[in-house]
Amino acid sequence: MSIKNRFIVSLILSLPMLVEMLAKPFGFMLPGGAWTMFLLTTGVMAVSAWPFIQSAWAAFRHHHANMDTLVAIGTATAYLYSTYAMVTGKAVFFESAAFVITFILLGQYFEEKMKHSASGAVEKLIGLQAKEADVMRHGELVQIPLSDVMVGDLIRVKPGQKIAVDGTIIEGTSTIDESMVTGESLPVTKKTGDAVIGATINGTGTFMFKASKVGNDTLLAQIVDMVKKAQTSHAPIQKTVDRVADIFVPAVLIAAILTFTVWYVLLGASLVNAMLFAVSVIIIACPCALGIATPTALMVGTGRSAKMGILIKNGEVLEMANKIKTVVFDKTGTLTEGHPQVTDVVGDRATVLQLAANLEVASEHPLAAAILDAAKAENLTPTAAADFQAIQGKGVQATVDGQRAFIGNAKLLEDYHLTDQDQQRMDRLQAEAKTVVIVGRDNHVIGLIAIQDAPKPSSAEAIAALKDRGLRTVMLTGDNQRVAQAIADQVGIDAVIADVLPADKAAAVKRLQADGPVAFAGDGINDAPALTTADVGIAMGSGTDIAIESGGIVLVKNDLLDVVRALELSQKTFNRIKLNLFWAFIYNTLGIPVAAGIFAGIGLMLSPELAGLGMAFSSLSVVASSLLLNKTKLTTTPASTTRMA
Amino acid sequence: MAKLIVTLVAAAAISFIVWWFFGKHTTAAVTADMVTTDKQDVDVAVNGGYSPSTVVLKRGVPAQITFNRKDPSSCLEQVVFPDFGINEFLPKNENHAIDIDTSKSGEYDYACGMNMFHGKVIIK
Repeated sequence: MSIKNRFIVSLILSLPMLVEMLAKPFGFMLPGGAWTMFLLTTGVMAVSAWPFIQSAWAAFRHHHANMDTLVAIGTATAYLYSTYAMVTGKAVFFESAAFVITFILLGQYFEEKMKHSASGAVEKLIGLQAKEADVMRHGELVQIPLSDVMVGDLIRVKPGQKIAVDGTIIEGTSTIDESMVTGESLPVTKKTGDAVIGATINGTGTFMFKASKVGNDTLLAQIVDMVKKAQTSHAPIQKTVDRVADIFVPAVLIAAILTFTVWYVLLGASLVNAMLFAVSVIIIACPCALGIATPTALMVGTGRSAKMGILIKNGEVLEMANKIKTVVFDKTGTLTEGHPQVTDVVGDRATVLQLAANLEVASEHPLAAAILDAAKAENLTPTAAADFQAIQGKGVQATVDGQRAFIGNAKLLEDYHLTDQDQQRMDRLQAEAKTVVIVGRDNHVIGLIAIQDAPKPSSAEAIAALKDRGLRTVMLTGDNQRVAQAIADQVGIDAVIADVLPADKAAAVKRLQADGPVAFAGDGINDAPALTTADVGIAMGSGTDIAIESGGIVLVKNDLLDVVRALELSQKTFNRIKLNLFWAFIYNTLGIPVAAGIFAGIGLMLSPELAGLGMAFSSLSVVASSLLLNKTKLTTTPASTTRMA
Repeated sequence: MAKLIVTLVAAAAISFIVWWFFGKHTTAAVTADMVTTDKQDVDVAVNGGYSPSTVVLKRGVPAQITFNRKDPSSCLEQVVFPDFGINEFLPKNENHAIDIDTSKSGEYDYACGMNMFHGKVIIK
C-alpha cells in the first residue's frame, strides 16, 4: 500500500479520536469509550503502521536499527500498554499511537513529493533529447529514431526543430537557442563549419550538419552522466553524520529506557506518565532529517548549477570550493579571447606581412593564425617557404626567394640587433600587452608585428567579483612578464606568474597551494596537469575532452563570470548543507531532553503526538530548505533569466 | 519491589541493545555466480538491510546485481552507488537488476537513499 493510502486510512481512523479529544471539555465522549478507541487504533496499527513494524523487525535481525525501529517501538509500546490498561481498567492513550502514525505518514508523503521535485534535474535534462532526426540515407531524407543516428550521418534541421546530436554544420546558417545546455540566454548565430550541440533548438534557418558524436558521447549525455554522479556523491561532511546516524537509534532506545526508569523508579511518576515520556523520546528522535540533509541539498544545488551550464562533479569538489583562497587563471583563452590579432606592423606593412605569412603558412601556432588573417586582409597570398628549421625556443627560419628569412620572439635579439628607434617601438608595444614578433631576412630585422590577445569583456568584472569575495587572483602564463602584466593591469588581477612553460604550470599551482587551497581555471590540453593538481580544477567551456575530464567543475560556456557563479553556488549549497545539518541536529538534541521531561519542572513537555508532529516537521523543513536553494539570489546572475525547456 | 524489577529489566534491556547493535556480528561475503563465462550475476535481498551485504565480483566480466526489495520502508526504496552515479528506485517485491561497471578493481560502498543501510561491492 502506498504511503498516501496508508496516510488516508490512518487519518480516517484517527479523526473520531481527534473529535473526542477536542470535544471532551464539553462533555462529549465517543460511544463505546475505550473499546471504540481500541478498535480504531488496531485498524491504524494493522494497516498503516504494519510496514514500519515489518521493516523494523527485518532491520533488527540484521543488527540494524532505523527510523522505522523508533516509530514501531514507540507506537507499539503505546498501543500494547493501552490494551493492557483497558483490560485492567486504567487510563488509556490509544490516540497517541494513532496520531503519531498519522503525522509521520503525512510527513513522509510530503517528503516523497518534495524529494521527487528535487531530483527532477536529471529527468529534465534527459527529456531535452530530440526523439528523431531527418537523416540523409541513400540520397533521401528519412525520419529515423534518435538511437539509429550514426556518426557521419548527414542530418537536416528545419526551423524550430531540435538538433538531434552533436555535429558540424556543412550547409546553411541559422540562429540556435542553446540555453538549455549552455545556460547562454541569447541565441547564437551558426554558419558552415560551426559546431552544433544536440538537444538545442534551431531558430530561423534550415541547415544540414554532419553528426560527430552520438549516443553516450554527446555533450548532453556527458552532462547527464556528470550530474547523476554529482547528485549521488557524498560531501565529506556527510561522513561524520553517517557515523552519528549509525549509533543514533540504539542510543535513543537506551535513552528512552533510562527516561522511563528515572521517572518511574527515582521520581515516582505513574507508570502511564513514565511511559509517555519514554515514547516521546523515541518518536522525536528519528534521524531521518539528518540522513536527507546533505543529499537533497546536493541534488538541488548541482541541478540548479547544471541548468546554468556549470557542472560540479561531486560533493567533495563542492565542499573544497568553499575553502579556496586563491584562484589561478590561465591567460590565453581563459582571461583573454584566445584569438590573437595583429594590431601594429612596424616597417613596410605589405612586405613584412608577406614575408611573415610565407614563413607561418604551415604553422599551427595561434600567433601564425593572426598573421595569416592579417595577410589575407591585405589581399596577400602566402607562398610556403622551404627548408624550415626551428630555432629552439626562439622561432623558425626558412628560405624565401633564395634568402634566409626568420621570424620569432624577442629571444631572437640575442642573434640580431634592432635600431634604437625600433627597440623603443618594441618596448612601447610590449608595454601595451602586445606580443611582438620579429621578422627579418638576410641577417637583418625588417620589421615587427605586434599581436594582441585582448581580454574578454567579462574578465575585469569577474576578477572584481572574485576580489569582493576575498579571493586572491593570480594569472599563470607562458607569455613574458611585460605582456602578462599589461593584461593583468587591464583586468585588475592581483599577481602574475609569467614565463611558465606548459609543463611547469602544475608545479606553479603547487607552490601557490602553500598559502591555502587553490582553484585553477583553464581550458587547454596542456592545462590538464594543473587542473588535476589544483584543489578545484575549473575546466572552461569549449575546452578539450581531457580538460573536462581533469576538471572538478566544468563550465559549458566560455564565460569567466561562470567561475564566480560556480564558486558562489558551491558556497551557497555547502552553507545550505550545514544549515540543514544544524536544523536536523537541533531538533534531536533539543527535542530529546524536552521529550524526556527534563524541563517538566517549568511546564515544558512534549506529548507523543507533538513529538510525531515535530519529527515530521524536521524532515519537511530540511527538504524545503534544500528546495529553497533553487530560489536563492546570486549576485552575478545574468540580467536575463536562463530558462529550462 | 516493582521498582527493583523495573530497574533490573531496564538494565538487562540496555545491555542487550548494546550487545546486539554494537557488538561484532560478522557477515559473509558472497561471490557472484558465473552464469556463463562472460556474465556474472548475484542476487541481493533487501529486507532490513542488504543480504548478502558484501558481494565479490570478478574484474572485467560484465556484472549485474539483482535487488529484490521485500522491505516496505521508504528508507530502503532507493539504492545509491555514489562511485557509479547510480541512484535507482527498487520496486517492492520485484527483481530489479543493476549493471555494475567492473572495469576497475576496488571496493565500492553502496547505501540506501538515506545512507543508513550499507552494502559493499568488491571487484577483484
